Amino acid sequence: MGGKVKVLVLAGNGINCEYETAHAFRLAGAEEVEIVFIYDLLEGSKSLDDYHILCFPGGFLDGDDLGAAKACANRFLHARVKRTGERLWDQVLRFIEEGKLILGICNGFQLLVKMGLVPAMGGRYGQQQATLTFNDSGRFEDRWVYLKVNPSSRCVFTHGLEKLYLPVRHGEGKFLVADHGVLGELFEGGFVVLQYADRDLNPTMQYPLNPNGSEGAVAGICDPSGRVFGLMPHPEAFHHFTNHPRWRRESLPEVGEGVEIFRRGVQFIKENVL
Amino acid sequence: MPHRIEVTFKEGIRDALAEKVKRGILEHLGLPVEEVRRVEVYVIDAPLTREQLEALAQGPYSDPILQRWSIDRPIASDFDWLIEVGFLPGVTDNVGRTAREALMARLDLQLRDDERVYSSTQYLIKGRLSREEAWRIATEYLGNPLIHRFVVLSRVEWDPEKGVGPTVPKVTGLKGGRVERFPLQQLDDEALMRLSQERLLALSLEEMKAIVAYLRRSEVREERLRIGIGEGITDVELEAIAQTWSEHCKHKIFKAEILYVDEETGAEERILSLFDTYIRRSTEEIRRRLGDRDRCLSVFEDYAGVWAFNDRWALTFKVETHNTPSALDPYGGALTGIVGVNRDPFGPGKGSKLIFNTDAFCFAPPDYDKPLPPRILHPRRILEGVREGVEHGGNKSGIPTVNGSIVFDERYLGKPLVYCGTCGIMPRQIQGEPSHLKRADPGDLVVMVGGRVGKDGIHGATFSSEELHEASPSSAVQIGDPITQKRMFDCLLIARDRGLYKSITDNGAGGLSSSVGEMARGPGGCEIWLDRVPLKYPGLDPWEVLLSESQERMTLAVAPEKVEEFLALCRKMEVEATVIGRFTSTGKFHCLWRGQTVAYLDMDFFHEGVPRMRLEARWRRPEHREPDFEPPDDLGEVLEGMLSRLNICSKEWVVRQYDHEVQGGSVVKPLCGLWDDGPQDAAVLRPLLESLEGVVVSHGICPRYGDIDTYWMTACALEEAIRNNVAAGGDPERMAALDNFCWPDPVPSEKNPDGPYKLAQLVRANKALYDFTTAFSVPCISGKDSMKNDYIGGGLKISIPPTVLFSVISKIDDVRQSMTMDAKAPGHLVYVLGTTYEELGGSEYFAMRGAVGNEVPKVRALLSRELFRRLHQAIREGLVASCHDCSDGGLGVALAETAFAGGLGMEVDLREVPREGVSRDDFLLFSESQGRFVVTVPPDRKGAFEGLMAGLPFAPVGRVVAEGRLLLVGLSGRVVVDRPISQLKEAWCRPLAF
Repeated sequence: MGGKVKVLVLAGNGINCEYETAHAFRLAGAEEVEIVFIYDLLEGSKSLDDYHILCFPGGFLDGDDLGAAKACANRFLHARVKRTGERLWDQVLRFIEEGKLILGICNGFQLLVKMGLVPAMGGRYGQQQATLTFNDSGRFEDRWVYLKVNPSSRCVFTHGLEKLYLPVRHGEGKFLVADHGVLGELFEGGFVVLQYADRDLNPTMQYPLNPNGSEGAVAGICDPSGRVFGLMPHPEAFHHFTNHPRWRRESLPEVGEGVEIFRRGVQFIKENVL
Repeated sequence: MPHRIEVTFKEGIRDALAEKVKRGILEHLGLPVEEVRRVEVYVIDAPLTREQLEALAQGPYSDPILQRWSIDRPIASDFDWLIEVGFLPGVTDNVGRTAREALMARLDLQLRDDERVYSSTQYLIKGRLSREEAWRIATEYLGNPLIHRFVVLSRVEWDPEKGVGPTVPKVTGLKGGRVERFPLQQLDDEALMRLSQERLLALSLEEMKAIVAYLRRSEVREERLRIGIGEGITDVELEAIAQTWSEHCKHKIFKAEILYVDEETGAEERILSLFDTYIRRSTEEIRRRLGDRDRCLSVFEDYAGVWAFNDRWALTFKVETHNTPSALDPYGGALTGIVGVNRDPFGPGKGSKLIFNTDAFCFAPPDYDKPLPPRILHPRRILEGVREGVEHGGNKSGIPTVNGSIVFDERYLGKPLVYCGTCGIMPRQIQGEPSHLKRADPGDLVVMVGGRVGKDGIHGATFSSEELHEASPSSAVQIGDPITQKRMFDCLLIARDRGLYKSITDNGAGGLSSSVGEMARGPGGCEIWLDRVPLKYPGLDPWEVLLSESQERMTLAVAPEKVEEFLALCRKMEVEATVIGRFTSTGKFHCLWRGQTVAYLDMDFFHEGVPRMRLEARWRRPEHREPDFEPPDDLGEVLEGMLSRLNICSKEWVVRQYDHEVQGGSVVKPLCGLWDDGPQDAAVLRPLLESLEGVVVSHGICPRYGDIDTYWMTACALEEAIRNNVAAGGDPERMAALDNFCWPDPVPSEKNPDGPYKLAQLVRANKALYDFTTAFSVPCISGKDSMKNDYIGGGLKISIPPTVLFSVISKIDDVRQSMTMDAKAPGHLVYVLGTTYEELGGSEYFAMRGAVGNEVPKVRALLSRELFRRLHQAIREGLVASCHDCSDGGLGVALAETAFAGGLGMEVDLREVPREGVSRDDFLLFSESQGRFVVTVPPDRKGAFEGLMAGLPFAPVGRVVAEGRLLLVGLSGRVVVDRPISQLKEAWCRPLAF
C-alpha cells in the first residue's frame, strides 16, 4: 500500500458531510482522501481493503425514515457486493481485524451503533448493544457543546485530549442502553470516550449542556480495541477558527480543535499500520 | 393478504416524540390529555412468510433496545382513544418507500412494482375526550384530511382481535390513457369561459379566443388534419397552453401594458411591461455602468441568476414562494417549497452544488384567537408546519439554512407567505465550456431523472394563479422527498463533471410541459413520448402525465452517444432515469401516446401566443390617522414591550432547529454573541474550504411601510437587505439582489374592485426597484412574483399586504474580516451612524399603539451608499468591534440587542444621536429611519474610525460597560431607560420560546 495514509470518506444515500469531513482529514495530514459513494462499494468498483481509515460522515441516511441510520445499517449487514458476491459486512469485519480505523460522526455514529460496531462489548461485532433515540426535547437542534474526554478510554482518536468544544446537529442523539448494568460496564471498560459537560468539564444531564438527555451524558463511544469510534458532535465542523461561534470574541488558533480527532487517527496509521 | 407489522416503545422507555405530541395537543388545541403513546405501523402488500416478517420486524423495522413489535396482531392496549393516521392513496410516503427498500435488502428479494409497503402511525391517547375532540386531534393536529386518512376508535369500539386491519391505500380504479377533444371553434363566449372554469384552466376569454384564432388558421388546420390529430383541440394541448400561459409561468401582470394614473398629480403614464421597464432595464444599466466590474453571468434567462464568485467559480441564487400549498398543508407545502427551490439553482447552466438555504415567512400571529374562516388553518399550526417542513427539507438535503426572518401581520391569515431561497456554486468552466450556458440540439434525447409521476400537484401553476377559495383543489398538496432528490443531485453532479448531459431544467410548475417546452426553444421543437414516462401508479391520462408537478425530477438533454453511459451511472446510483422523447427542429411541441399524436402545437404560438393584458393603475396616497399620545413616562417598560413584539423578538426557537453549519463553511452564524443567541444581521460562509473567500447573505422585508406607500416600502426593503449585508462585513460594491414580489390580485374584477389601486402599488414598487437598485448599483439577477395572494370564503375576503422581499449576496475576499452584532468588551465606544428623522409611519412603535401614521421612512441613497462604503472599509481595517443595523424597532431595539447579545451593559446619551426634527425620546428611540447602524469601536481605534467617517452623519453616543445595565440619558438630560440587560433579554426571548 505504500507509505501514504488512505482515507475513505463515505458518501451517498443521504450522507451530507462528506465534503468538510474529507477536508478535515486532509488538514490532519492524510495524503490520500477519497470520497467514495456507497454504490461503488456495493458494485465492487471500490473495496474497503484499499484504505486505512473508513469514515461514516453525518447526514440523513435513507432520510432516517425507519429511525436514524437504521435502513442503512440493514444494508451494510445484509447486502452483497455485486462483482464478488462477498457480503459488504465481511469487508467491514476484515477492516477491523486488520487493525485499521473506523470513525462514525453523527449519523455515522448512529450507523455504527445500529450495525453493532460500537460498543461491541465482548467483541460481539454485529450485535446492537446500545441505541441513539429522539432527543428529550423532541427536536432537532444545532448548538455547540462542551465535551469531556475520558482519560481512561482506549480510543486512539482522542488519545491525550482533555476536552473539546464542537457543534451537535441532530434530532436523534440520546444515547441509551438496555439497563444500568450495561452503562456501568461501558464506563468501567473504557468504552465511553466523550461526555457532554459544563464549561468546567463536569459531565452533566442538564439541558442544553447535555443537548439530548443522553444517559451518563455519553456523547461518543468506542469498541474494545479503541480503533472504532463514534460520536454525535461534529469534529469536522470545527476545522478553522472562524467556525467557532464566538471567534469574533475570543482569540483562537488558526486550525479548529475538531481536527485533533482526525490528526490522531492519521498519526495512528502512520505509526502502527504503514 | 397484506401483512401488518406494528412497533412500539418498550415499557419504561421514553418516547420524546409522543411527549411532544401530547404537548402539542394542549398548546395547539387547548385539549389536555394524560398520556400519548405511538405505534409505528407498516402494512406490507406482498406475500411474505412468517419467518420473513419476523426478520423484518426484528431487523430494519424496530430497534432492539427501544422497541417491541407484533405481526398481524394489534399491539395497542390500554387507551381511551386510538387514532391511526396514514396517507391517502397516491400521497408520497417516504417511510413506506424506505421500508420497501429495506425489505428487499434484508430478505434479498426483488418486489414487483405494485408490491409496496405503506406506513402509518397510531396514537394511543389517555384522557377524557369526546369523539368530536378526538377527531379534532386527528384532523387539526396529527394530520390533514387533504393528504391523510384516519381511523378513530374509542376504548369501547376497540376489538383487540380485529385491530385496525391492514388497509392498503393503493391507487386503484383509474382507467388512464384517455384523450378528450374539444371543438373550441364551435363554442360561443359563454361556453369557452365555462370550459376554462370547469377544467381549472384559469384562461381569460381573450386567451381562449386567441386559441380559437390559432386553430382556425388554415395552415394550422391543414397540418392538424394531415398529422391525424384532428381539428379540435385535445385536452393535452389545452392543458399545456393553460399552464404555459398561466400567470404563474408567464408573469402576465408584469408584462402587461399598464396605464398608470397618479391622481395626486394628474399625470398619466403608459408602461409597457413592468418587468422590462424597471427590473430588466435597471440590471442592464447597472451592468453597463460597472463595465469590467460586472459580475453577472446570466440574469433572468434561467430559473436562477448566475453571478461570478471569483475567476473560477460562479454562484447561482434563487428565491421562490410556495404560498398556496403552505396554506392548505403547511408541512407538505413548505417541504415542497424548499426542495423545489433547491432545483432552481441546480438548474441554471449545467448545474451547481447547493451551498445554503434562506427562508422568510409571513404569518398571522400565532396567538390569533378569533374564529377562523372556512378552510383556513390556525396560524400557530401554519407556523409550526412550515417551520418543520423547511427543517426537514433543508436538514435532510444537507444544505445549511443560514438566513431568514418571520413577519407577523393578521392579513397573512388568508394566505401565509413562504419564501424559500437557495444558493449554489459551480465551476465557471466545465469540460472547457462556460458552465452557465446550456443548449439542447435537435436529435438530443429528452431524459427525465429522479422521482416518478403521479397525479400530484396537477394544476399547481394555474391554481396558484387564482385566489384560494373554499373549493380549491387538494391535488396541489404534495409531500416532498428530500432523499430521492439528494440521490439525484449526487448523481447529476458526477454526470455534469463527466459531460454526460448538455442541458438541464427543473420540473416545477407545469411539469414536463414546462421543462421540455422551455428546453425545446433552442433546438426549435420536441417530441415527447408520454406513455414512456414512469408512473407512481398506473391509470394516468396523457395530459396528467404532461402536466403533473410531481417533485424531485429534472429534465435533461442528453446526446444520443452519451445516453448509455448516463443511464448506467444513474442505475448504479439508484436514480431512476428514462428517455422520454427527443428534441427536434420541426417548430412543433409534439406529444405522442402509444404512437398517436395527442398534442401538436407551434412552438411560437405555445410560448408567445398569449395576448398581452391591458390594465389600469390608479394611485391615490392613503391618509392615515396620525396617532396622538403623550410621551410615555417609563421608556424602559416601553422598550421591553417593543422587544416582546412578534416582529422584533428572538426567533431562536426556529433557528436552532435548522442546521446552519453543514458543509463546514459557517463563519458568521444566524445567532451570535456571548451566549450564542444574539440576532445576527446577515450570515457569512465559505463555500470553498481551501479558500478564505466568503459569501455574505442577507435580506430585507418591511410590508408595513406599504400601507403608506409601496414605493418607500420597496426602497426600504432593498436598503435593509444591503445594510444588513454591510453590517456583517459585506462589500457594498460587490453585491447582487433577488426581488420577490407577493401581491394581492391587482387585476380589477367584480370581486376585486380596488384592483387599480393595488396595481398602482405594484407600479410604485417597481419604480422604487429601478430607482434604488441603480442608485446602489446592486443589480437584480433573478426574481419571482406571486400575484394572487387573496382568500375568499365564508363571505370574507382577506388579502395580504403587498410584500417585497429582497435577498442580497455579496462577495468578500477574506472571511476573517467579517463582523458580528454583539458588543465585545467594556470600554468600547458606542457610535450611531446615520441620521434619525421623525419617521414613524408604518413603524413597529406605531403598530404597538394601533396606528399606521403617514411619515414613512425614506431612503437617502447617496448618503447611505457613501456610509456603506466607509463602514465597509472600517470593518475591513479592523476598526470596528461590532456592527448592528437599525431596522424594526429602531435605535432603541438595536442598542438593547447589541448590549445583551454581548452580555454587557451600555451607557448612552441620546442627546448625542445625529437627528433632524426629532424632539421626543420615544420617537428618537423607535423611529425607523433608514441608513443607520449601531457600531462599537475599541478606544484605541477611535481616531482612525472617526477620521474615516469624517463628513458623514455619525456620533459617539456612549460606551460599553461591564455592569449589565442599559442606561439611556434622554434629550432633557435625565435618565429615561435604566434596565438590567437580563430583563430586556428576557422580554425579547419570551414570546416565541415554544
